[in-house]
Amino acid sequence: MNAPRVRRPFAGRLDLEHGQVELSHGSGGRAMAQLIEDLFAAAFRNPWLDQRNDQACLELPPGRIAMTTDSYVVSPLFFPGGDIGSLAVHGTVNDLAMAGAWPLHLSAGFILEAGFPLADLKRIVESMAQAARTAGVSIVTGDTKVVECGKGDGVFINTTGIGVIPEDIQLSGDRARPGDCILLSGTLGDHGVAVMSQRAGLEFETTLKSDSAALHDLVAAMIAAAPGLRCLRDPTRGGLAATLNELATQSSVGMHIREVAIPIRAEVAAACELLGLDPLYVANEGKLVAVCPPEDADRVLAAMRAHPLGAAAALIGTVREDPHWFVTMETLLGGNRLVDWLSGEQLPRIC
Amino acid sequence: MKYIDEFRDGAAARGLARRIAEEARLDRSYHLMEFCGGHTHAIYRHGIPNLLPASVRMIHGPGCPVCVLPIGRLDLALDLATRPEVILCSYGDMLRVPGSGGHSLLKAKAAGADIHMIYSAAAALTLAQRHPDREVVFFAIGFETTTPPTALVIQQAAQLDLPNFTVFCNHVLTPPAIAHLLAAPEAHELDTVPIDGFLGPAHVSVVIGSEPYERFAREHQRPVVIAGFEPLDVMQSILMLIRQLNEGRVEVENQYTRAVTRAGNRKAQRLMAEVFEPRPVFEWRGLGSIPHSALQIRERYAHFDAERRFPMMERAATEPRACLCGAILRGVKKPTDCKLFDTACTPETPLGACMVSSEGACAAYYRYGRYQEAA
Repeated sequence: MNAPRVRRPFAGRLDLEHGQVELSHGSGGRAMAQLIEDLFAAAFRNPWLDQRNDQACLELPPGRIAMTTDSYVVSPLFFPGGDIGSLAVHGTVNDLAMAGAWPLHLSAGFILEAGFPLADLKRIVESMAQAARTAGVSIVTGDTKVVECGKGDGVFINTTGIGVIPEDIQLSGDRARPGDCILLSGTLGDHGVAVMSQRAGLEFETTLKSDSAALHDLVAAMIAAAPGLRCLRDPTRGGLAATLNELATQSSVGMHIREVAIPIRAEVAAACELLGLDPLYVANEGKLVAVCPPEDADRVLAAMRAHPLGAAAALIGTVREDPHWFVTMETLLGGNRLVDWLSGEQLPRIC
Repeated sequence: MKYIDEFRDGAAARGLARRIAEEARLDRSYHLMEFCGGHTHAIYRHGIPNLLPASVRMIHGPGCPVCVLPIGRLDLALDLATRPEVILCSYGDMLRVPGSGGHSLLKAKAAGADIHMIYSAAAALTLAQRHPDREVVFFAIGFETTTPPTALVIQQAAQLDLPNFTVFCNHVLTPPAIAHLLAAPEAHELDTVPIDGFLGPAHVSVVIGSEPYERFAREHQRPVVIAGFEPLDVMQSILMLIRQLNEGRVEVENQYTRAVTRAGNRKAQRLMAEVFEPRPVFEWRGLGSIPHSALQIRERYAHFDAERRFPMMERAATEPRACLCGAILRGVKKPTDCKLFDTACTPETPLGACMVSSEGACAAYYRYGRYQEAA
């Protein structure tokens, strides 16, 4: 890789140990150029970024292009198993992967709050760079804005991603058909509970880590095992319940799952019990739901279980004909209930 | 999960369901009210209705503290929250409930009011200690379960001589509400649904004991079984009620023996009596005015009473006219009998008391049971 041939217009280095984000870091002048040079460009280095243009000009392999964008506002910024930086890479990579796309490039937009410690920003940027390297994607263009103190929450990050979908892959949320099998790649609720355990006023001790991870490699293994796969979706905000309702509505079908088949860690179940939350509605950042024809289910499940990110994969239910597009569940007790969309925020019950 | 899994065991549930089906007589029906919102939630969340025979109907009572708080009281809390010197704190469930004009604490918070969601009364006290320059008001709600912790923090605030901590007290009492339900005209009229027996509250009874239910069981000739909150607790309690009704017994039985005694928690009761006294009358959303059904802060702790520290003007607030909450809470109507249910009134846009919290009868039915009507 060529070293950047940019003459440094600034004398000193950024004080990445004790410095803070200042309004001038977003105002287009020397301070901003220095922040970009010493922090972002240094961490994300790649041929496109090294050209220092306002845009990246890309040549893509053949195939359909998938594109997605997501903004990250997680609080707290650092949590067990990840931080806002790694999350901003994994979340967008996964949205591409759910279309069967191989993710290639990301953009990164930062909205920083004046007064935010540069040391924390450095940690976030380096974690983001590490996550991108591991996922095999490059952050090829970006933007930095600074808002006054009190008008942000430390750091907000937006990432946009593009990827290429190999020929013959047709994954879409509207392709579920009655009789299809519903698979889940692993335990529910790890991310949501890990984040909540760190929240002010709620701190509880847990060894639990966020499941935040890039899933495109797992997806590739699943597609290789069964090209007839119909839909993939990652159950992030709103949890499994929201994802199944989305797929049911898009495909105009009902879905029926079995509570006994859904993998949930004991720590997550205990925390949910304590806080009055339902794990079906808690966010995940490294799990996916797959719908496939019944004849493919065994092969897909085997491929998932053979991959480290799908080791606890399970067949959790089936797609049904239903004019109301309801998602229902057979409970542990053997009764039935509706699994509705989340209403409002999931708030703890009081007694 | 230990202490949880054994109360959610599928095989045990099937066994209980079989026994209920065998013992429920074919020549009669069993209308059983679970008073407590926690039971309503458990019944629907675990799909218990379709494990019961058609002759057993569960009626969902008014034991959801968030649901029964009248709009007028919530409006007062909203007024308090918008005072610049005030930090208002309350339990999570309370934040979503709409007051007049659809305004809620969550909306007020988004608009800039300083409102904190807390998980314990102790957190309210900590907040006051951390912000000595602000007035911290604890918007206290709940039945006898959440009342002792509120009493405790008021006493602690008195010991610490905290000048910036007050409680807006909205604690309500279970036994007067159950007695009121049984005295309501609908309970006696022909062609309306009678309540044959009660599933008594779990956590409330840990505090007050099983004794307070004995009087109205006798007076109104209705059996009571105090039930734990786990699904197998609920099913076993239903079986116990069916047996009492079949045998013509009218007793207060305790299924939740692992936590409830006849006398209850004397220490918690003393604490409540030291700090609180009954209000002459309190308005319940959906049920109307019930005498001696709520608590207020005693004179000796007046300094910590938000109603005394801040000027409060209760405004008249009206319930939507077509709302059937009152009749639903008395078991006379079902959620689906209401014209507003799933049309104008949904969990996103709740109009009536029963839709505001996941423990309310309409919200629980909407969230977990709606598919059965459609099937």
